[in-house]
Amino acid sequence: MISAPDVVAFTREEELEDELCSEPPLPEEYSVPLFPFASHGANPWAKVAGSKFTRDFILISEFSEQVGPQPLLTIPDDAKVSGTFDLNYFSLRIMSVDYQASFVGHPPGSAYPKLNFVEDSKVVLGDSKEGAFAYVHHLTLYDLEARGFVRPFCMAYISADEHKIMQQFQELSAEFSRASECLKTGNRKAFANELEKKLKDLDYTRTVLHNETEIQKKANDKGYYTTQAIEKANELASVEKSIIEHQDLLKQIRSYPYRKLKESDFHPYEPECAPGQANAGCGRDLTASEPAETHLYAHVPSYTPKLIKAKSAKCFDKKLKTLEELCDIYFFTQTLDQLHQIERTFRGDVCYLLTDQISRALLKQQSVTNFLFEDVSFLDEKPPEKQYRGCRGLGQDVVDRKCSEESPAPKVVISLGAYKSSVECVPIKMEQEIEDSQEPKMTESVTFDHQENLDYLDADIKGSISSGESIEVLGTEKSASGLTKSESQASLPVSPSPQAGRSKVGSRRTVSEDSIEVLSTCPSESLIPEDFKASYPSAINEEPYADDEEGGLRFAPKLNPDNADEQEDVSKQDNLVQVDSSCCIGKESPNFLEPLPDLGQKPCDEDGVVRIPPQPYRQAEQGLRGSFGGFPSHDGISGGFLSYELDSRYLTGSREVSKSSLDECSDSTSYISSAASTCSDRTPSPAHPACQASERHKKKAGQNALRFIRQYPFAHPAIYSLLSGRTLIVLGEEEAIVKKLVTALSIFVPNCGVYAKPVKHWVTSPLHVVDFQKWKLIGLQRMASPAGVNVLHALSRYSRYVSVLDADSKTLRCPLYKGTLVSRLADHRTQIKRGSTYYMHVQSILTQLCSKAFLFTFCHHLHLPISEREPEESVVNRRMNFLKLQLGLANEDIKIVQYLAELLKLQYIQEPGQGVNPLLRFDYVPSFLYKI
Amino acid sequence: KSSVQTIGEEQIQNPYTELLVLKGHQDIVRFLVQIDDCRFASAGDDGIIFLWNAQTGEKLFELHGHTHKITAIAPFSSSDASEEKNHLILTASADRTVIVWDCTSGRQVQKVSCFHSTVKCLTVLQRLDVWLSGGSDLCVWNRKLDLLCKTSHLTDAGISALVELPKNCVAATVGKELVIFRLIASNDGSEGWNVLEVKRLVDHQDNILSLVSVNDLTFVTGSHVGELIVWDALDWTKQACECNFWDSSVPPDVQPEIKLSQSPNETSVQHLTSDDECVFAAVGKGIYVYNLQMKRVIACQRTAHDSSVLHIEKLPNRQLISCSEDGSVRIWELREKQQLPAEPVPTGFFNMWGFGRANKQANQAAKKMQDNTPMYFLELVGDLIGHSSAVQMFLYFGELGLATCSADHLIILWKDGERESRLRSLTLFQKLAQNGDLQLKF
Repeated sequence: MISAPDVVAFTREEELEDELCSEPPLPEEYSVPLFPFASHGANPWAKVAGSKFTRDFILISEFSEQVGPQPLLTIPDDAKVSGTFDLNYFSLRIMSVDYQASFVGHPPGSAYPKLNFVEDSKVVLGDSKEGAFAYVHHLTLYDLEARGFVRPFCMAYISADEHKIMQQFQELSAEFSRASECLKTGNRKAFANELEKKLKDLDYTRTVLHNETEIQKKANDKGYYTTQAIEKANELASVEKSIIEHQDLLKQIRSYPYRKLKESDFHPYEPECAPGQANAGCGRDLTASEPAETHLYAHVPSYTPKLIKAKSAKCFDKKLKTLEELCDIYFFTQTLDQLHQIERTFRGDVCYLLTDQISRALLKQQSVTNFLFEDVSFLDEKPPEKQYRGCRGLGQDVVDRKCSEESPAPKVVISLGAYKSSVECVPIKMEQEIEDSQEPKMTESVTFDHQENLDYLDADIKGSISSGESIEVLGTEKSASGLTKSESQASLPVSPSPQAGRSKVGSRRTVSEDSIEVLSTCPSESLIPEDFKASYPSAINEEPYADDEEGGLRFAPKLNPDNADEQEDVSKQDNLVQVDSSCCIGKESPNFLEPLPDLGQKPCDEDGVVRIPPQPYRQAEQGLRGSFGGFPSHDGISGGFLSYELDSRYLTGSREVSKSSLDECSDSTSYISSAASTCSDRTPSPAHPACQASERHKKKAGQNALRFIRQYPFAHPAIYSLLSGRTLIVLGEEEAIVKKLVTALSIFVPNCGVYAKPVKHWVTSPLHVVDFQKWKLIGLQRMASPAGVNVLHALSRYSRYVSVLDADSKTLRCPLYKGTLVSRLADHRTQIKRGSTYYMHVQSILTQLCSKAFLFTFCHHLHLPISEREPEESVVNRRMNFLKLQLGLANEDIKIVQYLAELLKLQYIQEPGQGVNPLLRFDYVPSFLYKI
Repeated sequence: KSSVQTIGEEQIQNPYTELLVLKGHQDIVRFLVQIDDCRFASAGDDGIIFLWNAQTGEKLFELHGHTHKITAIAPFSSSDASEEKNHLILTASADRTVIVWDCTSGRQVQKVSCFHSTVKCLTVLQRLDVWLSGGSDLCVWNRKLDLLCKTSHLTDAGISALVELPKNCVAATVGKELVIFRLIASNDGSEGWNVLEVKRLVDHQDNILSLVSVNDLTFVTGSHVGELIVWDALDWTKQACECNFWDSSVPPDVQPEIKLSQSPNETSVQHLTSDDECVFAAVGKGIYVYNLQMKRVIACQRTAHDSSVLHIEKLPNRQLISCSEDGSVRIWELREKQQLPAEPVPTGFFNMWGFGRANKQANQAAKKMQDNTPMYFLELVGDLIGHSSAVQMFLYFGELGLATCSADHLIILWKDGERESRLRSLTLFQKLAQNGDLQLKF
């Protein structure tokens, strides 16, 4: 974790900008930030007071052709969730903003009905009266009996927090698209089945009719046709026509996957293999094989055709199919799973989500150091692989993984502008060709000339039509297409800062009487004039967070540009030196005696409360572009970001204050979140599915660790042992007690590689030197038996390699610790009460430690002589100076960083093929016995 | 109460702060032999020979071929003038075979299986480009593994140790006897050799356990009952004999105090090593330093270990390493005793076990005897604890570290942590440069 979300919850959003723009007139400690939503309520969490539901939920509703908009189901399926919230009303609202072109039936130039493969549309919608904001995902499903064969549905993620919807739009969109794709795939399968049945019926009917006509013909020798015969013949003809129509429909629905594949950004729903099956050969090559979806239609259960009336009655007494019937059952359950997953993923406070996403994005880039203290499971996440797989069982965890794969680097979208341009719409091409052949290659002839993802959504708020109507549509294709080209371009400029954009939305809402504001929508192409499309050719896939306009890694200007001659021969090293020219060794400062220059603004203010709001992605991207992932440029915000990361004075200088405020912060967060019923969610929950499994473990470990540091006065030397790589053995008779202690202490154990933590919870046999190589934290059973004597004997024999924590007699035998680092990590007077909070506190300090270790490891001159003649002693001196003065480490803290640096080195120089030889490093230092 | 000196946990002079455990053997590892600057071979009772990289601990080869335990191993580097040195090793096993291995390819070069008894020792005479195998008889082989000549059957016990002497002679220990053989070029020219028994020396009272060549002029033998005999390497005469030196040496009156049990195991000379001046003897649990010029023991550590010392070696820097059945390895330093007129507090370790008085007396006695002679003592500067069973042997690799092998089937590489850390940094920056990570990547 980069930072604890609980900390972030207390920040003011405009803080950073304020600091950058101008110095606050008042001293910081006197300036009380004005709460932006002060008019709404007393506390920051009261802004959602208007909502009538207690937590976020997903609503699926349908615009029924019989009864109009109606809610179908909610996720979670619990009446308490929606509370007094009027689902019917809200369904009406969300279904009324469906802008997808659902043009169906007989197109003018075509003889047969055409299926319109409509893209989903994604709309953000707000209802300030209801206090509800929703991400609405419209989709259409096919139903043979429905009007125009289509049934419009929508899935909506409804939250009381507008910011959450806006900022998580991308993630929501990606997740819902997956769910939608799954549902539609199932629907196509069901539709194809239905068509086939219908065809069989028709075929049977035709045969019957044909026979009847023949009989009539034979029976009738009068030479003219009776009305009955003519009727039969007409009926036969209409059946024939119906057959052709249905065959055509079937062809269309079957060829769908082929056509879609040509679109570069089409991600067909891929049912995934269970992990065990993943490598069982079900993975297919994209180019070599046909889409998996076509196989879905392979098996049609035997069906007895029945006689049908040629004219199907289209009337309102007919019962429409339910959503479940519309979709293949397997895919339906998958979709529901997916939706549940979405609900789980996005529940909780938005700042939690944001912080988590940011820290994830940052951690991904810290590829050199992140193995030390981060979750192995998280690091194991693979980059997305586009692969077709056979249809197999789909485990929940696979879905989880898939979710995370969808967005390999969680994109943190803060500004409205960014959000807008990231709303991509896939143009819908209406096909005019009539396909005669069933061969798949024919489908290739279908071309899409205008594949550009049009991005004209920048015609945003400013271009919105403000009206007194109950529905305010802010940016739909209607308004956009209504504009002339020049007009739409004129409206392009987005509000310069995310803050301004957001506050604008907020303020307007307060003055507006409108009950519904559609903030944005994703239009379908069908309504866009051709010339309009062509005017935005450059918008393809352009996502603002991916652009390189920042130029990536930027180094500070050289401290001394004069000595260019020196820089030549050490140019390679320079890159590293420049990495942080303030605290790395320059040749100018071989002894590290100069103090840290203040880089940019100090992001932590006097009372030590972390004042950094969730960092906008730009900073993060800019700062962490390099392969080392940690060198921000020195201009503006990022400079401050760096000094925040590395400034050893951060949290050290005013440790007590900062800690207490930190704790207070987190605790008040928890207090408020549990006390305020208006909170969008009472249970802050894991934001990311990947870590959901370990979340409970974290909580527990954090709780146990808290207990440990409060209970044992010698927690510091014990933690020091772990951090410095000296194996700690927890000795005890009771397995449960020992395991609890081991769990508690395990959060302090650095990983030796990208494997599991070197923690062994319970051992009963005598230990050997090999075990100390492998394990850094061991729970050991104390036994009275002779075997137990051996265990203890081995322990005393190898006592120089281990610290022993006796859980029974509450003693600790380990080296002395006089540093300051661990006391920050584990203060027994800490006010932190929750395990997860403490876990994050630990993680953030460990991350800080990692960055120190990283700097230390990768500073060339700290380890190797600058010139060939330089004696080893001066390198050693320089190294120690760096550790003491630049990194601000005292006494034993140096050993911690040195140990972490060794781990980093080992990890980096490890050849990929061969496993690293685990080595045991130790010191000849005396141990002391600590007692309670 | 154990009378063994301990050093505690603070060992400033002990450079070994990093260890690597090399796993592979499935039985006692008895032999370690250096192949070149950075490789060594290990062998033991499982009949497998492993080749290791002494720097990285990487397992290079696993040589299978013997069906019984290995009884002797010797490196056999080619003395060819050719550029590439061909490293071979010879291994003898209880399956009565000797195999020649190529260390570069890890392949078996040749196998000799015409022995009537187990070969217990192997010696390579680089000068003559032959090698000798000693079992119940002594055989002489050339590089191509042709049997050049052999002696008649000596005893059932066979030759237990061989050492090369000047003038094409070898000394072999056969039980209590020391037999001198001479290799004589055969009359018919070519490269044939004849082996001739020249002399049989029967001065030892018990089995000779150790045999070491000091220099071209002297060699030393030690026996099971603690006799140490210094021989002239040219005429094989006894230069000096130190019988029972363990109880007649430095402080003669200490013995009753420390109550050394005089069982043969306690006094057997397990291993000998030497530098130019001194012979270092592992006698029972103790270590004795015998000065060849002064012809007396100049320093000793009676109970250097908890049990028998199995192997000792002198390092260039006046340090001595010993390993023992108790599973520990200890590093000693031979120090000159300060010749203070009145030693108020005895230095070193003696004070801890009541040696103080005796030491002082000895000191005074020594001063009385020869005031100009420096006095020495062995100071424990570090111990290495890692093995859980007897440490059979070790191999000193200079700054690369120390390899120890043990009955717990393990080999441990002890390394200087500081140096390793520096090397890793070097590798790291090399790799950075190689990967181009030093350049900016976007």
